[in-house]
Amino acid sequence: MNEFWRRIWVDSTDNVILKIKDITVGYSKIDILHDVDLLLRKGEIVSIIGPNGAGKSTLLKTIFGLLQPRKGSVYLQGKNITGEKPERLVRHGISYVPQVSNVFPSLTIQENLEMGAFTRTDDFSGRIKEIYELFPVLGERKNQRVGYLSGGQRQMVAMGRALMLDPQILMLDEPSAGLAPKFVSMIFERIIDINRTGVSLILVEQNAREALNMANRGYVLATGRNVLDGEAKALLNNKEVGRLYLGG
Amino acid sequence: MLELIVYGIVLGSIISLGAIGLSLVYGILRFANFAHGDLMTAGAYVALFLVRGPFVWMGISEETFGPFSFGWRMVIAFPLSMLAVAGVSILLDRLLYRELRKRGSSRVILAMSALGASFIIRMGVLIIWGADSLFYRPGLMRPALELPAGIKIRPDQILILLIVALLVILLHLFLQRTKMGKAMRATADNMELARISGIDIERVIMWTWGIGGGLAAAAGILYGIDVQLHPGMGWNFLLPLFAAAILGGIGNLYGALVGGLIMGVVQQVSTAFLLPTYKPAVAFIIMILLLLIRPQGLFGGKTR
Amino acid sequence: MPFGGLLAYLVSFAIMAGIYAVFCLGLNIQWGYTGLFNIGIAGFFCIGAYISAFITLPPPTGTYAEYVHLVFALNMPFPVGLLGSAVVCGIIAFLIGIPTLKLEEDYLAIATIGIAETVRLVFNNEQWLANGPRGLAGLPQPLSGLVIPRHYNYIYLIIVIVVLVIIYLLIERAIRSPWGRVLRAIREDEVSTAMSGKNIFNFKMQAFVFGAMVMGIGGALYAHFTIAISPEVFTPLYGTFIVWVMVMAGGSGNNKGVILGAFVIWAIWTGTQFLTGYLPYTLKSRAPYIRFLIIGILLEIILISRPGGILGEEKKVSKMAD
Repeated sequence: MNEFWRRIWVDSTDNVILKIKDITVGYSKIDILHDVDLLLRKGEIVSIIGPNGAGKSTLLKTIFGLLQPRKGSVYLQGKNITGEKPERLVRHGISYVPQVSNVFPSLTIQENLEMGAFTRTDDFSGRIKEIYELFPVLGERKNQRVGYLSGGQRQMVAMGRALMLDPQILMLDEPSAGLAPKFVSMIFERIIDINRTGVSLILVEQNAREALNMANRGYVLATGRNVLDGEAKALLNNKEVGRLYLGG
Repeated sequence: MLELIVYGIVLGSIISLGAIGLSLVYGILRFANFAHGDLMTAGAYVALFLVRGPFVWMGISEETFGPFSFGWRMVIAFPLSMLAVAGVSILLDRLLYRELRKRGSSRVILAMSALGASFIIRMGVLIIWGADSLFYRPGLMRPALELPAGIKIRPDQILILLIVALLVILLHLFLQRTKMGKAMRATADNMELARISGIDIERVIMWTWGIGGGLAAAAGILYGIDVQLHPGMGWNFLLPLFAAAILGGIGNLYGALVGGLIMGVVQQVSTAFLLPTYKPAVAFIIMILLLLIRPQGLFGGKTR
Repeated sequence: MPFGGLLAYLVSFAIMAGIYAVFCLGLNIQWGYTGLFNIGIAGFFCIGAYISAFITLPPPTGTYAEYVHLVFALNMPFPVGLLGSAVVCGIIAFLIGIPTLKLEEDYLAIATIGIAETVRLVFNNEQWLANGPRGLAGLPQPLSGLVIPRHYNYIYLIIVIVVLVIIYLLIERAIRSPWGRVLRAIREDEVSTAMSGKNIFNFKMQAFVFGAMVMGIGGALYAHFTIAISPEVFTPLYGTFIVWVMVMAGGSGNNKGVILGAFVIWAIWTGTQFLTGYLPYTLKSRAPYIRFLIIGILLEIILISRPGGILGEEKKVSKMAD
């Protein structure tokens, strides 16, 4: 019964800013995702976890218009944005950080951020200052070429670039992948800071435990389908989830 | 020998200008532009047309400046021709390459259409001007200056070096200081991320073709001033251009600059042992050796 | 035009179209089936023609020897010339292939441009090799004793058709074999094919060499038809570009298609010759360029609107349906 009321609360549309329904998408003949649903409410952090190859990255790419779904829809604040190109979505306030190749290596940190602000026509120097406050180490090296930075610093640049547009929704694909442990916790702390400024986040993460710790709600995806979803705490305490995805 | 090296540097600077344009287009679009040589031809002949045609009717003086072989007509024709060929280059993209890109055509099909475009340009030149060699200023005596160390160099050639240097500096400033320049560098790094960031890729592509075409035109005019114009001039440059771009690391503009100078010197020095007509063959052999031994060139460049 | 004249014209047309069809078949192996971007066809054309000349010409004697320089002359019969052209072109393709086939397609393209240009420059400037720009003349024509010279073309047409058919059948056999299927797999998706354990390089080399040998035969056929050859014939336009247009027009990846393409494009090419009769006097000397401009524009139109060509690529290549 609680589950029933919970679902009604979650589905209530006042707060929902992103709604994904029945998404089926794939490459050429093989479908990766089948009838996937997801909701994001304003101000939330939603984490998507699941085994490798579950299609988590594919879902983000589909939302962002890099892939065209065969079936299903994506709604941004009620407006149907299914299949719209990235360059348009960026203007609607969605930003995306891919898992790999997410910085411009031959440009400096400052220039990477400037490129993030390409579509802005106003003076964004204030925003750049805010990014440097969020990531002080970037401010110290702002004229260094990003190709020479460490993995953790690059990830910061990648997120900073995406934040330059003052997005309302930020989608991160495995932000902690390949990072040294001290950077991992730092990145997660920053994600919470970003959320506090009012940005809603969708997070795809291998590090399922941390991802659920930070999140309000979580979705478990496996072999391209929704397996489970619910309050993050509930998922953390769920024994099945714990055994399969949280490493016991 | 010293003279060969000096002239090699002059020729090399012209090759550099072409190679930089080629590398720019390759770095950003991953497109081996086989029409680049003929864009040089187009630039040279557009300038010829202006200098011999409209500017004569407009009454612009044909006086030459001091020791140089040209006057106001060429000074005005030069940037106009660059703009015209930039326009042609963008037009080719709009009409041909963009269509093929939208269909997801392979790189080979795109390269083939560039090859077709190069022949179309060359046929156009042949139809209008015929197959003979032409000069901007026939019959003009252009004595060489004597510099210290017994180097002989014509005033025109010193100016060529200066113009190339100027254009290279302007390009550098554009790429480093302007928003579009940075967007072009970002796109060369990672086109998909550029799209994700909201960069207007179509505009980047337009600027890339425009600048590539403009630089090719400049190189063609400079060659025409220095040597002569003939319809195959650009095609003959294709091998040295590619060799220079690969030598510097394809996609690496500063590498293309150095690569061009090296190619110029090597080609010129080779004339001490081989007939001058073999210069493209020399470029070709160097390119094959490079591809065998060190395909990333001296400084490394962009891969696919 | 009197009937006899028309027939002679058509025979002449068919011979040239047939010779170009041979080139198209060779390019089809390299490009249509394997995806190799060879812009140096003119080089193999040139070498094929000259090698056959070297093999079939008698050594120049007497005062003639003062004017004609040949690096060697073997005075052997026509079939040996054909074979020799094929073999030499195959060897040269092998040598060129070693550095270039490992490269990406763009690099192969520029390398083949370089080879064609270098070959032409060498033949043009090295007098001792093949008489430089003056070229070689007096190439023997096979079976010329059978008929009066006015009717010889009929014989040659039959020879060209026979050679074309033999080559066509050989290629068709090869393409439908497992070897051919690997080639097509390479063209579709090189990465997966490599991962399934096939040595990509070997297959590409075999296709490259095979195609080059066919082109060499085409060059030899050309030489014995025109009797006289010189380096200026083997330009990027006549030797390379027009073959590409033929292949793309007819349907790359389809042997019947490329033969059709050869005939269609050659018909357009020679057909435009009549149009130049209508040109104003001042433009008459520019006629070949106008005609080539038309061919060039035609290629672009084909690439944009019908890249598959007239017949399109063959769907089923293997006898074993998959």
